[in-house]
This record gives sequence, C-alpha cells and structure tokens, in this order.
Amino acid sequence: MNIKKYLQVYSYFNYSSFSIELEYKINLFIDLLTSILGLIGSVFLLSIFFSNTDEIGGWNFNQALIIQGIYTILNGVTNTWFNPNLKEIVKYIREGTLDYVLLKPIDSQFWISFKRISPTGLIEILLGFFVLSYCFYINNISFTIWSFILLIITLICSISILYSLWFLISTTTIWFVKTWNATEVLRSFLYMGRFPMDSFSFSLRIFFSTVIPITFITTIPSEVLLGLSPAWKIILEVLVSMTFLIFSRKFWKFALRFYTSASS
Amino acid sequence: MRKNIIEVKDITKSFTISAKTPGIKGTLRHFFNRKTIEKKVVKNINFEINEGEIVGFLGANGAGKTTILKILCGLLYPSNGYISVAGSRPFERETSFLKKITLIMGQKQQLIWDIPPIDSFYLNASIYGIEKNEAIKRIKDLSEMLEIDSELYLPVRKLSLGQRMKAELLAALIHKPSILFLDEPTLGLDINAQANLRKFLQIYNKQTGATILLTSHYMKDITYLCKRVICIHEGYITYDGKLEKLLTKLSPNKDVSIICKSIKDIENLKKLNLEIKNINDNQITFTVNKLDFKNTLKEILNKFDIEDLHINEPPIDEVIGKILINKK
Repeated sequence: MNIKKYLQVYSYFNYSSFSIELEYKINLFIDLLTSILGLIGSVFLLSIFFSNTDEIGGWNFNQALIIQGIYTILNGVTNTWFNPNLKEIVKYIREGTLDYVLLKPIDSQFWISFKRISPTGLIEILLGFFVLSYCFYINNISFTIWSFILLIITLICSISILYSLWFLISTTTIWFVKTWNATEVLRSFLYMGRFPMDSFSFSLRIFFSTVIPITFITTIPSEVLLGLSPAWKIILEVLVSMTFLIFSRKFWKFALRFYTSASS
Repeated sequence: MRKNIIEVKDITKSFTISAKTPGIKGTLRHFFNRKTIEKKVVKNINFEINEGEIVGFLGANGAGKTTILKILCGLLYPSNGYISVAGSRPFERETSFLKKITLIMGQKQQLIWDIPPIDSFYLNASIYGIEKNEAIKRIKDLSEMLEIDSELYLPVRKLSLGQRMKAELLAALIHKPSILFLDEPTLGLDINAQANLRKFLQIYNKQTGATILLTSHYMKDITYLCKRVICIHEGYITYDGKLEKLLTKLSPNKDVSIICKSIKDIENLKKLNLEIKNINDNQITFTVNKLDFKNTLKEILNKFDIEDLHINEPPIDEVIGKILINKK
C-alpha cells in the first residue's frame, strides 16, 4: 500500500468535505449548537440518576462523568467519520455508484470509510477531552505518560470495535439493500455506553460485552484512567478490536463478490 | 495488423431475482415467502475487439448491453466463460488494469455534487498517482478539447446537464485510459450537447488511439462514431459486424421520386423494369436496391430530362428499431 498516495487522497477527502460543509453555513452552526446541547443534556441526565444515590454499580458521579467524557469522544468520532461515511454505503449500493469506487485504483474500504468528514463532530471530540480533563481534576487522578498511552490505546481499540460493528452491518446492504434501521439500532445501543458496565444486570453485561461489545468500548478506557483496569482487560480489548477489524475487512471482500450493481 | 485488446469467449451471466405478483396479497406473499428465479442475462457470447476500435452495442432495454459492459470493466463476475481485457482478467480489478480503463455512465455521476468539478479532478488525479503539475496540464488540455472552462470552478449542482457531462468526461479521462466504456453517455442531453460529445469522442479516439465501447439509444451516436456494431437480443449476440452492412441487410432498398418534364417520359420510365410504387401526373416513385442504385440512377439521368429528384431512405431509427424487436 502506498502510504504517501493514501495520505494525499485523504487530504483531498478532507478538503472536499470541509468545502461542502462550508457551503452550508447555517447547517454548520446548527450542528455545533446540537453538539454542545447534547453534552449538556447527557450530563444533566447523569446527574438525575445520581440525585438519589451516591453510587451506581460501584461508580460515583465523578467517576461516571469519565465514562460520559469517553462516550462524548466516541460519539464525536462517530459523527465525524462513521455517520457521514458508513451511512452512505446504503446509497452507494442502492444507486449503483459503488461502481465508480470499485473501478478506482484505491482500496474500496478506505474510500467508503474516509471519503467524508463532518467537522462539527470534531467539536464533540474536543468537548469530550475537555470533560475528561475536568474529571482528572475532580477525581484527583495523577496523570502519567503511561496512563495516557494506555488511554489512547484503549480509545483506538474502542473506535476500531465501533467502526467494525458499523461497517459489518452496513456491508450486509450488498444482500439486503436497505439496512438503515440496523445501524440506527447500533447507535441506540451506543447510548448504553454512557453508563458503567457494572450498573447493568449480569445478563445484560454479558450481552453488551460479547454480542455487541458497547460497554467494553467506554468502560475500559474509563477504568484505565482511574487505574482500575487489570492488564487482562486491556489485552482482551486489543484482541477483540483486532478480531473485529480483520473480520470486517474479510467480510467486505467476501460481500463484494455478491455485488450486482444497480441496473441502468 | 492491430492486436486484440478485448477477448470474450463463451461468457454467461445469471442473476438471482425475486419474483413478485401484484397487489397486497402478492406483496405479503413476497414478504413472507420470497420466491427467487435465476435469470440468464448474458448467454454464451463471443467477440473480440481490436485496439483503437469504436464499437457500439445495440439492443433494447434489458437486452444485456450494460451487463456486458460491467463484466468487461470488472464490476461483475461472469458466471462462466473466459474474458481478457488489456491482458487482464477484469474481475480481479488489479491496479494496473484499473489504470487502463474508465467507465462513464450517462445516468450516474462521480463528481461531488456540492463542490466545483476541479476539486473532483484533483482528487481523481491523486487516486491515479498523477503529480499535481501533470494533472494541471491534463485538465487544461482536456478542458480545451471539451470547450469547458469557467464552469469548472462552479459547484456541480449549478451546472447544466451538458456541462456536467463534459466535466464527468474530464474526470473519467484524467488518467489517460486506453479503453473507454460508455453507457448511454448522451442520455438527456440536448441536440447540440450530444453533437459536441460525439465530436469529442471521435477526436479523442483519433488522438489517443483509445478503444471505445459504447451503448446508446440515440442512433446518431452509433452512426457517427461506430463502424462496427454488436447487436444484442435477450442476452445473445444477433449481429457482430460493420454497421453499413447491417443497414443494407435490414433496409436493402431506397425510394426514388422523379418529376419528369412530360408524361411521355413517365411512359418510357415504366418500360425500364422498375419496381414502381406510385405514379402521380408527371411524378413517379419507385424502389431500387441499394446495390443497383448507382447504375439505375445513371441510366435515368442519361436518358431522361428530369425536373426534380428525391431519394428517400427509411430513417435509421426505424431500421435499427427492427433489430430491437426482432431476434434476427
């Protein structure tokens, strides 16, 4: 793979996306406002849960706020990259414009996953990091380079799992053509990630950590920050994310064999 | 002798499609118990295409033209058969193969809707690994050929269909492909835009020696560009050869109307063993075989003093229309 070429193409992707977003100024402003109000709403919801109790599943409000911060970052990543790109797969397949992608000397998964970027999601990522740094302060977390590296690793793994899940569901469009609802379900499952894994019942915990590993992706980075995560959990997350990534890629390659293109 | 750039041997393509009966009952049955049928869209076709040729695919809607184009450019796996395009197996979609071909579809677009075409060109150039300076040069050359300039800096959605098609062509040709697959490129364009596009394709073919495969329902596209046509009917090739020969085969005669100066000439003309269709005062209309046309007309012009002459050929759309409904 020619890294230089892919970086250049990616910079053109970003440039064209920014150009598109800037064409619609009001929309940009509304998206910004939505991100900020969304975060305020989530923190407010969390505070309601904690208004009558000090702990949920062993997590107090200040600690749970870390999960909120991680969730905001992941939601930002979702809004920046996954939502604008992976939602389009359905369109590519229904309208047959995937033809143009497949005929370009470039990796089709790369094109489909990174063609668009929605800059307003970046604000959410910044807001998430802002909440996290506030959590450092209120939880008296001693910040070390090591914990920062681990946080970044677990965050990357979380993003990979989320991406793979989304991509896998979208890939099934090749057979089923319309799968908008399935990705919406995944999105609503992501909301579950705003709460600590331990606050769910045992069976739900199993469901959300194995079938759809949503809680995995927010709880483990939060535990890493608090110094509560044992090494095996981190290794497990790395392994799960790699498995999901490899599987999603293989599945895409397999599915393309069944692509029939839309008729003219 | 020019070498083959495309070889197709015994290609078949089937699709599994779900059949649905009309009405609410049919819809419910379709939802709960979907019945699928296997439909052969392309049936044992064979042909070869030489480098630099312009070949037109003719056939009614659903005949299998687009499917053949998509198999040739690697979008669809053939169910059976051997296929080679520019020395590659298309469906493997190797980078070296993809750099040699391009697909242009009249009803689908690759340009990014909200931004100027020029940005899409640079994106395409980077995908094909073309240096910026080289890309600038190629855009300049192609835009001159296509007679498009300031429009390249307007958002695509602000362009007219004709301008958009020109920009689509530019985006598709920036990597100098040697094989062009065109699926109804003039669809929806006005007469002038169609003519400009045809002219461009002809010049492009002459200048670069590119091979062009074209499907179109506008007969002018075919007659202007293609010496050779391949007719497809229900997935079979029913004719593969020169367009002129096909037209002679389908419409072997011409109608000639002559206005003579005197009724006496009409009487003498009758003696010439012509296939007379109509006589009206001093006007006579007869049918002549295209092969005898030249000699017959020469004889008449030499022997008679005529006032006016009309030669009528059935419109080409009508002639070609015959092969869209008949198998042979």
